[in-house]
Amino acid sequence: MRTVFKKPRAMTKRPMHYCPGCTHGIIHRLVGEAIDSLGILEETIGVASVGCSVFAYDYFNCDMQQAAHGRAPAVATGIKRVLPQRTVFTYQGDGDLASIGMAEIVHAAARGENITVIFVNNAIYGMTSGQMAPTSLIGQKTTTSPRGRSVKDAGYPIKICELLATLEGPSYLARVSSHDPRHILQAGRAIKKAFRMQKEKRGFALVEVLSTCSVNWGLTPRGAMEWLAENMIPTYPLGVYKDVTAKEGD
Amino acid sequence: MPKGQVIIDSERCKECSLCLTVCPHDVLRISKTINANGYHPVEAALPENCTGCTLCAVICPDLVLTIKRLVPERT
Repeated sequence: MRTVFKKPRAMTKRPMHYCPGCTHGIIHRLVGEAIDSLGILEETIGVASVGCSVFAYDYFNCDMQQAAHGRAPAVATGIKRVLPQRTVFTYQGDGDLASIGMAEIVHAAARGENITVIFVNNAIYGMTSGQMAPTSLIGQKTTTSPRGRSVKDAGYPIKICELLATLEGPSYLARVSSHDPRHILQAGRAIKKAFRMQKEKRGFALVEVLSTCSVNWGLTPRGAMEWLAENMIPTYPLGVYKDVTAKEGD
Repeated sequence: MPKGQVIIDSERCKECSLCLTVCPHDVLRISKTINANGYHPVEAALPENCTGCTLCAVICPDLVLTIKRLVPERT
């Protein structure tokens, strides 16, 4: 028998602190597999954000840096400009990237910084116990919108891929999901491509991965996967929003 | 002889049961034992049905599962 699936070399053995069924673990593994398959473990530097994924530095086997809340793209810019040979990625949640870090991500994208951003969108603030996020869906119940998010009070969800696709800087923008094996495999391919874009010096690449938060959504892990497919994907359509290599038939 | 084998690192399992929902051959189930974290880890109930398709490992968030598959000998 041949081993066909095992822990990627780019991940440590440390058990993850995430809640049961949290898709952060899946997305960590996809990043690890992408790093492994491109053979860039020794040259990769990751930047962890603030949020549930703050301890990502314990789980990746590469050099890691922890950034202040929302500032991961700015920190990654600095690292990449000082060490241009290294592969630099950030791993950020929606509270980090789409709320406090909105300025940093928009400007990093506008400058076309040659970094890779993994954006995990679960439509809620997970770590701080389930407050409404900028990405929360209309009508979604959270601890700070107990009657559901109302457009009158809180406006509309922010769609990061669509927003950044209006800029000239980004080279690759894709939205993928993590709710079933087929979509997880697609997400893995998108993440690998985002890393490859950086290796080819094509500039800013971002992959938005729709994710679950079963505890704060008040669902079982399986129920959360179904809720994601039924509710999040209609608001956040999957697909590639920008790809500068598409014209070349890559 | 089973075509695949699922190796379970029970101490990492958090009993989220996502692997159970994707296994096409009902190989896995939640065991009655308890691991150090207080979860009931998955166990292979019908290991002889395993084809090594890796779907369970693909959806497992906690790197619990390692999959081996029988690869036909090339002559």
